[in-house]
Amino acid sequence: MASIVGYGAYVPRYRIKVEEIARIWGRDGKSVSSGLYVFEKSVPAIDEDTATISVEAARNAVRSSKIDAKKIGAIYVGSESHPYAVKPTATIVAEAIEATPELTAADYEFACKAGTAGMQNCIALVESKRITYGMAIGADVAQAAPGDALEYTAAAGGAAFIIGNEGIAEINDTISFTTDTPDFWRREGEPYPGHGERFTGAPAYFRHIVSAAKMLMEKVGMKASDYDYAVFHQPNGKFPMRVAKMLGFEKKQIEEGLLCPIIGNTYSGSTMLGLACVLDVAKPGDRILAVSYGSGAGSDAFDITVNDAIEDYERQNIRKMIENKEYVDYGTYMKLRGEFK
Amino acid sequence: MGVPRYWREIPSRYNLIGKKCGVCGKIYFPPRSICPTCRRKSAGKMEDYKLDGKGTVESFTIIRVPPPEFEGKSPYAIALIKMDEGCYLTGQIVDCNLDDIHIGMRVEACFRRIQEDGKRGAIYYGYKFRSLKS
Ligand SMILES: [Zn+2]
Repeated sequence: MASIVGYGAYVPRYRIKVEEIARIWGRDGKSVSSGLYVFEKSVPAIDEDTATISVEAARNAVRSSKIDAKKIGAIYVGSESHPYAVKPTATIVAEAIEATPELTAADYEFACKAGTAGMQNCIALVESKRITYGMAIGADVAQAAPGDALEYTAAAGGAAFIIGNEGIAEINDTISFTTDTPDFWRREGEPYPGHGERFTGAPAYFRHIVSAAKMLMEKVGMKASDYDYAVFHQPNGKFPMRVAKMLGFEKKQIEEGLLCPIIGNTYSGSTMLGLACVLDVAKPGDRILAVSYGSGAGSDAFDITVNDAIEDYERQNIRKMIENKEYVDYGTYMKLRGEFK
Repeated sequence: MGVPRYWREIPSRYNLIGKKCGVCGKIYFPPRSICPTCRRKSAGKMEDYKLDGKGTVESFTIIRVPPPEFEGKSPYAIALIKMDEGCYLTGQIVDCNLDDIHIGMRVEACFRRIQEDGKRGAIYYGYKFRSLKS
């Protein structure tokens, strides 16, 4: 059975408040904030992109897990904001952690669940004994058109997971639920995504997460109350709380992994950053359910049991990293985003 | 910068790989094939050496009128950094209020976008520095 050997995260230092964005567009900041249950979001510096965020997260994962990066046999980077259209981010990461040249590497794209799709591939390669370690990264510098509803939440960040045979948490099982659902997309060459407005809720996010979670819990014989923690994809702060309730989870089970209110939606980074935050505090024996969601649409669900090795693991303290922040105004935000051309 | 040069320098740009003289032990960055002190004796004895990435600001300047390739990115700070291994590097200091940068400030290397060849060209990545919080 494959295990999580290590994890690392990275969230850029800059923040913009939802109220500051609302001010520009003449909306009531407090009601936008409480409606989304998002207060501020991370903003990448002018020289940060999905590759640099992936590298920082990957380096943190290698450092904490104390593995030899040369033993990593596969690196997958899931994102919808790869810096190149053609030229893999995964090769940049592989070089920057000195895992080259004996490994396979590829970029994945599946809206916000590309990183967890990478995790599933690493699990498969480890369990089939093709590789010793695999690294899956979910990272994004999410794009939103100025004035679009997504601008309040589209954020930047990422997490890297190292999968191997023995580690700090066993991945008991994983399943996926996938359909063709056009709730959100970005056409080739277009700078910003389009979305199906209200269509993004019930038939998309909720249907896929609920189905994947139920399928997995039934398969492993668990019910909501058996879990110590649950992490669901976080396009805003409200959706994960509502989906948790639909599945019978209580607030205290999801609080630890709920980062969207303080960093926004990190897209491919979202579920994996949440899971990393849970591992930052988890104790041996804790049981975790993690379910991602990617528009288009699909959900990957993971059933995880933390083991004794977590006690000796050098945890990153992701919440502390997030607290080290600096606020920017809307003008600076546009400059950092490279919107002035 | 050009893709061939960037590609050749990836180990030092990404991972701060310099050279250590096998005779006198001095560390060089950027890498050198011969130690200027030991000269011929160091031939074939220069080994790869990875810097730890930590150092101290020795001097710095704020760029407010940047060269064309950094247009739109000013103001930014360029510093001369004495690495803990004794060699000197020049690099940008990021994620920091420009007013907070000072001589003696402890910094660590981070991975950032350095430059790009326009909208159609290659993107060059490498090291910059950020404040080291202990
Ligand atoms: Zn020498």
